[in-house]
Amino acid sequence: MKVIDPHIHMISRTTDDYLKMAISGIPIVTEPAFWPGFDRASAASFRDYFYQLTKAEPLRAARFGIKHYCWIGLNAKEAEDLELATEVLSFIPEFLSSPTCLGLGEIGLNKNSRNEIKVLERQFALAAERNELILIHTPHLEDKLKGTRIIIDMLLSEPRIKPERVLIDHAEEHTIAEIKDRGFWYGLTLYPHSKGSPERAVDAIEIYGPERVVVNSSADWSVSDPLATLKTANEMRRRGHSEELIRRIFYENPLDFLSQCPKFSP
Amino acid sequence: MSEKATLGRKSAEEILDLYFIENRARLLDIASFLDRIDRYGETQKAKGDFRYRAFMAAIKILTEAKGERTKKIQLLFSDQTTTPVDSARGLKTTGAWEGFYEGD
Repeated sequence: MKVIDPHIHMISRTTDDYLKMAISGIPIVTEPAFWPGFDRASAASFRDYFYQLTKAEPLRAARFGIKHYCWIGLNAKEAEDLELATEVLSFIPEFLSSPTCLGLGEIGLNKNSRNEIKVLERQFALAAERNELILIHTPHLEDKLKGTRIIIDMLLSEPRIKPERVLIDHAEEHTIAEIKDRGFWYGLTLYPHSKGSPERAVDAIEIYGPERVVVNSSADWSVSDPLATLKTANEMRRRGHSEELIRRIFYENPLDFLSQCPKFSP
Repeated sequence: MSEKATLGRKSAEEILDLYFIENRARLLDIASFLDRIDRYGETQKAKGDFRYRAFMAAIKILTEAKGERTKKIQLLFSDQTTTPVDSARGLKTTGAWEGFYEGD
């Protein structure tokens, strides 16, 4: 069985993880730009990070036979400083043009502040001008519902952005229907404590159906599991779901979404 | 038109068999967490915290709600206002919303 993990932060993982993923059946990953666990001091630090995502990490992944794609954007947690954000946004286009970059991501909201919204508006405008795919980060825990609603309203007010070219990630039971009913893709994230579990992800697939949904690990520098997608596929198997449905959720669905970018090749 | 997935090839009784032991363990973990708060100092202060009160309200949903318990608990823990905050500086994520509705 082959799985595409459409959201994983491989720069935070070891070569042992790459090997485990390769031998377990995860030959393709996509890595969004995100918050490193601390606020970066300067725009130069972002530039180095974007270089790592677009140049260094694909080579590291290739040593294990894994195809590595990325998303470039300014994460919401570092968007409060508008001066810094403006400087970072000025050089994002050069990295978006990299051969392995699939679009803007992960961009979104964190605490639903006015400055986060301003920076997100600018990134939506950039995505619309360049016709880029968009990978959205929705806020954590108590802020998720409010942030998801603000993001959906912003996306729907930009007529150049087509909902089928947007993946709204970290969806949970209280946000899935609002995302899906408006034509967007949604992501179920398997992240202990603050997001979903394999059991709840399979429940969501059973309740909301297999269309426009992808499942990801979001594995990073905190407690997380780069094999979580495979464990969730196994959870579906435990409940007696067909191999055809499992393949659709974990391979064909991400393939359908990501293939909207001509740079993506399985 | 939206597709609906079929359920796995199991009966509700088989689902009970499959998941009972692990959920029994989770239930005991919650009971143990609440007992721990009772045992440690300044219990009343902890019990007045909005997170504790939201947690207890969520437990009520588990026993009283008919269907969509997960969604109802998610909503209970959510900020349901619509106005953006002025600044994110210094704000932390707590897992519950201070202004949650405690019911009658």
